[in-house]
Amino acid sequence: MSLTSTFSSTAMGSMAIGDKVVLRAENITKVFPGTLALDHVTFDVYEGKVNVLVGENGAGKSTLMKILAGAEQPTQGRILLEGKEIRLRNPLDATHYGIGIIYQELNLCPNMSVMDNIFLAREIRGWGSIDRRTQRKIVLQLMKRLEHSIDPDTLVSDLRIGQQQIVEIAKALAQKVRVLIMDEPTSALSAAEVEVLFRVIRELKAQGVSIVYISHKLEELLQIGDYITVLRDGRVVAHAPIEGIDVPWIVERMVGRSLSSVFAREEHQKGDVLLRVEDLTLPRVGGGYLLDHISFELRAGEILGFYGLLGAGRSDMADCLAGRRPEATGRIYLNGKELKSNSVSERLAAGIVLVPEDRQRDGLVPTLSVAHNMLLASLQRYLNRFFLVRRKEGKAVRDLIHDLSIRVANPSQPITSLSGGNQQKVVFAKGLLTTPKILILDEPTRGIDVGAKAEIFEIVNRLARQGFGIIFISSELKEILAISDRIIVMSKGEITGEFRREEATEEKLVAASFVGHTANNHKNENHHQKNGREH
Amino acid sequence: MTTVKASPVQKSHRISRTDLLQFLMYGRAFIALILVVLIFSILSPQFLSAQNMVIMSKHVAQNALLAIGMTFVILTGGIDLSVGSIVGLTAMIAGGLINEGIRLDFLGVIIYPHTWTIIIISLIAGTLMGAINGLVITRFRVAPFIATLGMLYVARGFAGLRNNGYTFANIVGRPEFGNTGFERLGAGSFLGISYSIWIMAVFALIAWFVTTRLPFGRHVYAIGGNERAAELSGVRVNPTKAIVYMISGFCSAMVGLIIASELVAAHPATGETYELNAIAAVVLGGTSLAGGRGGIGGTLIGAFVIGVLGDGLVMLGVSSFWQKVIKGAVIVLAVIIDQAQARMQERIALQQQQEIGASTSRQSTPED
Repeated sequence: MSLTSTFSSTAMGSMAIGDKVVLRAENITKVFPGTLALDHVTFDVYEGKVNVLVGENGAGKSTLMKILAGAEQPTQGRILLEGKEIRLRNPLDATHYGIGIIYQELNLCPNMSVMDNIFLAREIRGWGSIDRRTQRKIVLQLMKRLEHSIDPDTLVSDLRIGQQQIVEIAKALAQKVRVLIMDEPTSALSAAEVEVLFRVIRELKAQGVSIVYISHKLEELLQIGDYITVLRDGRVVAHAPIEGIDVPWIVERMVGRSLSSVFAREEHQKGDVLLRVEDLTLPRVGGGYLLDHISFELRAGEILGFYGLLGAGRSDMADCLAGRRPEATGRIYLNGKELKSNSVSERLAAGIVLVPEDRQRDGLVPTLSVAHNMLLASLQRYLNRFFLVRRKEGKAVRDLIHDLSIRVANPSQPITSLSGGNQQKVVFAKGLLTTPKILILDEPTRGIDVGAKAEIFEIVNRLARQGFGIIFISSELKEILAISDRIIVMSKGEITGEFRREEATEEKLVAASFVGHTANNHKNENHHQKNGREH
Repeated sequence: MTTVKASPVQKSHRISRTDLLQFLMYGRAFIALILVVLIFSILSPQFLSAQNMVIMSKHVAQNALLAIGMTFVILTGGIDLSVGSIVGLTAMIAGGLINEGIRLDFLGVIIYPHTWTIIIISLIAGTLMGAINGLVITRFRVAPFIATLGMLYVARGFAGLRNNGYTFANIVGRPEFGNTGFERLGAGSFLGISYSIWIMAVFALIAWFVTTRLPFGRHVYAIGGNERAAELSGVRVNPTKAIVYMISGFCSAMVGLIIASELVAAHPATGETYELNAIAAVVLGGTSLAGGRGGIGGTLIGAFVIGVLGDGLVMLGVSSFWQKVIKGAVIVLAVIIDQAQARMQERIALQQQQEIGASTSRQSTPED
């Protein structure tokens, strides 16, 4: 059996006491051509509890979830709902049994309104036509419950990722679910939004809904989880109640090494001022500012962290520096010389590269190969007079695949066949090949596992050593504290705090990120949500 | 456990079979072409005759030239419905210049440009029409379908207006004006192969080179795959898109000249519905209408399949209605196979990726 570690066998005793297993995946084996994705995995979902599932990318979490949601069929093994065997041939079967899932990649139709998305294929009908009034009422109730004031008639494409995630959760809640699977639900949420989500989860638990919760954010798991199952290489390596467990325990089981190596701090030699931004201002449609006279400096070899809540203006700032917002005003000096140009290609040529927040939407061309994605921004460098030289291209690709240890069988294979962490490294590689001076990393570790995170950290540290100026935008406190030499906190388009590494603490950062949000928190938070779209 | 792990013998068997399948799928358009030629040459003895070959390859050349331009447009995720009308208008422009010259009333003179000048003027005119398409699409954010649909009507309208709906007949020029020789473009040949086929070959070679070896080509693919990512990578999206429509316009103008020269006449309805044949050739050749996938090689084969199929069916005496049914069915079938091939390639790539995942201690699979 898989549940063999001594820890879990002792833990099993305490579990048996009160908690009832509602859904059980028993001895599940799943074979894909060439690999064994799941190897005799048994996974119990306890009623009214948050059942956490962790593991690195490729450990088999997503496969197991897809099997529970009916999207994949197991090669072997069976699924029991309250002790009775059920067959899940497709996602509709799973819905029928009350199993809902929120996938990591959002599954919303961007061209439709929030309300239409929530009721897609489950439209409420009155006299044959869609009963919009009832639908609207339900959406408003759901939004109230989720403490967001997203208008039901807003188009999903007008929402930020974080808000889209809220809609996705609302969509799941609109269905009567008894088991709700959440695959990385917080990867796009700010700290405040995560709190709201956790409140909703606790509420659901109280109503007897069982939650299966997958996340890479380990602190979060400890906060919300009741039981934890750790997968590694398709096997269950540990299963225990959350009580008495800490982050190092989980990391050790996930990767077989300790956390200190993941979040290694490093001292950097700082050079001259590389970038000086003065009075960067971006007006908001309908009055006010998305960016309100932002000024700061960045030195060579420095990692400058940017922390803030959703809509604080960090991504807008990144967009402005990268030349995506020609309407922005203010002065930007690179090596003491003012940048007059205001287009992405000219900023790239000047040496400013943005690794965007949304890898899929802004970072990758899904139809191109790994190699062609990497080369896209720097094609001028492989020209021989006027045509591209394969040899030069191949060398650049091989060097960076090696430098960044991108795991790819063949550079000519499609980018979509890579894992999230490796895709992110390809976006990095694309930026690095332009020989930039400044790298702007917007949430570079979103949705990637601990191992890949450690590698990204290592790369960022190495780049700082080589004298790049790095702007590191993140919503994860631990991360930003670990990597930054200096941290700037933004709130509502203004800089509300600046801390050196030595003086920065989680409390200070959070406090600064709430400046401008009055004590009457929710109201402002909602107001801020409505107006603070970064895109 | 034993039931789970595939034995090595089984595995190698499977790989050799997928390899074969992959080869068949990859070369499917070419295989289809060979099959079509084979079937027609069995059913109709004259099919492979030299005379038929000449006629057929001329038809293919015209469609292939349009399809080459269209490939650029479709690779960016756009579409150009105006190519047929640009063919017609450039034919009328060239015919008019030869027969009537440029009348400068205020000077009381008529200038008859040299044949080469006329060809260059016509090519520039076609390219400009493409530029207007590009401008409307990039500057005014009009969907390519609509912008080029507009051009389809406008250009066709002007083609009719040029000579009040009449044909410019006998466009051979006059020796005393020094504008003779236009008919040689369509009738002449080099090394026994007509000029239009040489032109097609040169255009195809250049287009292949541009798409595979120039940054511009890479940019075209990137825009079709993900415009936002391309822009963030420093690709100048709007100029690239505009150029793509200019290329299509240029190719259309070339075809207009070739047809006018072959017929030694310019008719305002020249090239009607040619855009559909061009699109069919591109799609048949494996280029995705969504953009970002495909290439010139496929387009060329696609044009050959369409041309051979059309002429072959005519030779067999198949009714024109059945010809349409067959052509339509072939196009849809080609896209169905295309989809299957894309899925298979994806699976193979995933498999490769999982194999390296399995070989390193820490797996790295695409599922998460």
